Amino acid sequence: MFTEVHHCLADMAATPSPPAGRRAMRCATKRNRAVSGVASEKQTRVQQDAWVAAMIAVRDARDEAEFARLFGHFAPRVKAFLMRSGADATLAEECAQETMAALWHKAHLFDPSRASVATWIFTIARNRRIDALRRQRRPEPEDLPWGPEPEPDQADVLALQQDSAKLAEALAKLPEKQRVLIEKAYFGDLSQTEIAEQTGLPLGTIKSRIRLALDRLRHAMK
Amino acid sequence: MTMTRTMPDITHHLSDRLLMAYAAGTLPEAFSLTVATHISLCDECRARLGAYESLGGAVLDHAAPVAMAEDSLAATMARIRAGAPDVPPAPRRAPGVLPAPLCDYVGGDLADVRWRPVGMGVKQAILPTSRDATARLLYIPAGAAVPDHGHRGTELTLVLQGAFVDETARFGRGDIEIANEDMHHMPVADIGEDCICLAATDAPLRFRGLIPRIAQPFLRI
Repeated sequence: MFTEVHHCLADMAATPSPPAGRRAMRCATKRNRAVSGVASEKQTRVQQDAWVAAMIAVRDARDEAEFARLFGHFAPRVKAFLMRSGADATLAEECAQETMAALWHKAHLFDPSRASVATWIFTIARNRRIDALRRQRRPEPEDLPWGPEPEPDQADVLALQQDSAKLAEALAKLPEKQRVLIEKAYFGDLSQTEIAEQTGLPLGTIKSRIRLALDRLRHAMK
Repeated sequence: MTMTRTMPDITHHLSDRLLMAYAAGTLPEAFSLTVATHISLCDECRARLGAYESLGGAVLDHAAPVAMAEDSLAATMARIRAGAPDVPPAPRRAPGVLPAPLCDYVGGDLADVRWRPVGMGVKQAILPTSRDATARLLYIPAGAAVPDHGHRGTELTLVLQGAFVDETARFGRGDIEIANEDMHHMPVADIGEDCICLAATDAPLRFRGLIPRIAQPFLRI
């Protein structure tokens, strides 16, 4: 069955943000890390924007140099993800290549107002893993009636990418033990225990942002 | 627009556990089918899935890289030039009662379901999924009791048409009930309309035959 991650993440996608008091407390305990935290969040953000630009160059101009940059960063991480999920090196190499080739072929489906490049590649790699390792089909939700937008609103793109950068930084700053548990859940390691404590990852903001975008689009479709 | 094409008012949603496991790709196929079908009807859970996929992206980005083979990029470019593989496009919005992911498994809409009677007017159709869990469509006449198929393990019940009620709540189109082994209840199909549900369970396959132990015949409420 699915993993026994009882998490803390539990309420996170459901509730928009932690109560102000708790947040203030966390800020206080992390004050000494704040300066480097901001700097590295900004770096993450700049890097994410660069990946979005690279994806758009691949999508619109079939830019092989930009593809090579994406490949250099993401292919070894996809390979790592697949090996952590139980693939041997040969299969992981092959699936990582397939994942990156799919990125090229499906570039027109990439929507930077809905996902970061890392997230989008994760979903492709995950589906390759289900196919190759578990030999199962992956039922997907039906497409939204409007499909991917040709030109999403720039403000939406910026906001989503910013939230993704914050999430990435928050994950990196989690205590080792909690982070490893979350990684195991995503790598498909089923010998699971529980994530007992609140991790405080900012999932709620991303959920709210996607939800607003969906509401707006549904409204526009009426 | 017909009733079935508008987004239903959903009050019973997917759990975070299910959403995270679906985002991670670790659910049995029958459960994934149920999750995908619910999300087709529920923007709230679609957005929550987006958040859990974002976490997956962060996990991927954070992974310690493993070196690719030396000729890897060239090999990938060769794959690309060999042309796109035949990837089925994401299922489009289905016009009927069954959302697109289900249509795919049924091979059509409600009219194409191969129902088998299991007694008392109840019918079922087992869907072809991997064997680690079972998915079936259930047809329960209006006012009839849902057959007790034993909550071994986890069972998900997603309403597609009509509604059922139990001691605690009413479940209409798009609502999902998540039951585990400690749950004992006797849901009854709403009187207004015949009820059609998608039920997925990770109970062992010997339950596949669904021996209906229908205690109460027709409960009129």
